[in-house]
Amino acid sequence: MPLLTVNHLRMSFQTRAGTARAVQDVSFQIERGETLGLVGESGSGKSVTCYSIMGLLPRPQARIEGGQAIFDGADLLALPPRELNRYRGRRISMIFQDPMTSLNPYSRIETQLMEPLLIHEKITRAAARRRALDMLSAVGLPDPSARARMYPHEFSGGMRQRVMIAMALITKPDLLIADEPTTALDVTVQAQILELMKRMRQELGMAILLISHDLGVVSGFCDRVMVMYAGRVMESARTADLFYNTRHPYTRALQKSTPALQVKGRELYTIAGAPPDLLQPLPGCPFAPRCEFAIEACARAEAIPVEVAPGHDSACLRVQKENLPL
Amino acid sequence: MPPPDLHLDEKSASFWQDAWHRLRKNRLAMFGLVVVAVLALLCGLAGPICGHIIGFSYEQQNLALGPVGPNHVHWLGTDRMGRDMLARLLYGGRISLMVGLLATVVSLFIGVTYGAVSGFAGGNVDMVLMRCVDILYALPFTIFVILLMVFFGQNIILLFVAIGAVQWLTMARIVRGQVMAIKQQEFVEAARALGLRRRRILFRHILPNLLGPIIVYATLTVPEVMLLEAFLSFLGLGVQPPHSSWGVLIKEGAEMMEESPWMLIYPAAAMALTLFSLNFLGDGLRDALDTRGSKE
Repeated sequence: MPLLTVNHLRMSFQTRAGTARAVQDVSFQIERGETLGLVGESGSGKSVTCYSIMGLLPRPQARIEGGQAIFDGADLLALPPRELNRYRGRRISMIFQDPMTSLNPYSRIETQLMEPLLIHEKITRAAARRRALDMLSAVGLPDPSARARMYPHEFSGGMRQRVMIAMALITKPDLLIADEPTTALDVTVQAQILELMKRMRQELGMAILLISHDLGVVSGFCDRVMVMYAGRVMESARTADLFYNTRHPYTRALQKSTPALQVKGRELYTIAGAPPDLLQPLPGCPFAPRCEFAIEACARAEAIPVEVAPGHDSACLRVQKENLPL
Repeated sequence: MPPPDLHLDEKSASFWQDAWHRLRKNRLAMFGLVVVAVLALLCGLAGPICGHIIGFSYEQQNLALGPVGPNHVHWLGTDRMGRDMLARLLYGGRISLMVGLLATVVSLFIGVTYGAVSGFAGGNVDMVLMRCVDILYALPFTIFVILLMVFFGQNIILLFVAIGAVQWLTMARIVRGQVMAIKQQEFVEAARALGLRRRRILFRHILPNLLGPIIVYATLTVPEVMLLEAFLSFLGLGVQPPHSSWGVLIKEGAEMMEESPWMLIYPAAAMALTLFSLNFLGDGLRDALDTRGSKE
């Protein structure tokens, strides 16, 4: 049985201009110890999907309209807040995009690290402190006992992200949700943080759901990748299949618009047009207006992911029927 | 190897140490702190000082003497009934400072809780709670106090209640606004993702971030409350004789301004000095506790 099964998740935001359907019928699974990458451009619904699972959506504007998120037999979407708190921070942890603001500026690093232990486990303060220090050295912070007494403003961005990772992993969760953990960091630090996450994954064996818009990050890190667009799943496959045997025009377009170091003097490929307005109902495939392979049927028929090769789902109508020269 | 400028061996300066360090460099604020401390000490020890040093109690009358100016027996002179002004000033200060402090604590307690809950809950709860504040704001303060006095009689506890009941409104508004701003920050989301309960997030993560503004506003509330007490006493609604407060003394002094100016000058000076000091201290604290400018 998979660790997490998301079935037909739909959620929307009520705005003054109307209802924005941010996530439309998203389904996926994560096995124990597996790493799933969630890729898409801004507004594609990848973060919101995770926030829904974690119960972190802003109320009352956000509304979950349907679906399930079964984690170890319990539907996270249906749990009352108090029950959900038994999962959050204990069995599912999350790290955020901006390490500069995701630590409380007024309390010491050790206090913040000990907090999940103290609320989720029967543990003495002294034991919690020891675990916190162990965790800090595990994430590669030099001189943890001195650093633990410091405040977040005394840390650099990369170090804060290390602290965030330590805080997320201190309860040895089964699933770590990482919402663009390296986006706010510079490139060298990005590589260090990814390296650290790989090492922690090996040591603790947890599953990871990595959200990113960086295909490079995802390709080197994930077992499987899921591509989202306009709140829907476009394609999902094992990482190598997705990159070398692409089965969706949108994924191909994303790959082509990634700057590569070796090709010089050529203008970067961009996808013409803009992402669709989620306030409007979207009949058919949401990518159809921007897709160079679109045919008339694409604008009408619902785009539903179908297995087109073993373990490889694509929502593209034409791919499902014929062999497109992608 | 750690870079040399990290001072890892040094004890990391805590937020409060930093703030204290900045406050100490602010001369006006330190002046205010010292003055307030000295005055509070003198007024707090009014009993022994009157008994052993001055030799008069605040209610000991000498009608035959009447009002006399400062001399070597009565250092600050006497009032209409021959009572020693210094003794009355110290005792009056005790009440004034006590009113200031207690009413501030009352307003702090109600205002912070109310504002924090309102801001954190948001939505309709916030709407209803804040409209209640608006309605209370609209009540004319003097009429409210007079009504209280008429119905419950005059006593000093009522004075705290009346002043506290008005002062917490502003506190609630300030705290609500700050909570609303801070609850948007990512660390609050991170705290939720860690599985913390709402109450713990509010009181352990959000409120500590507000200590700065709250402390500053509290120090600025103390003089405001003292002024209110003086105003009420001046109108005859506050502290009743033979007890005195600075407001009462100023009122009595104002009546005798031409014949015996010392009766007005000393309490007024004490009051002004205290108010100035507290305001300087409040300003200094605001600068010292504001981390935005100096850190990051």
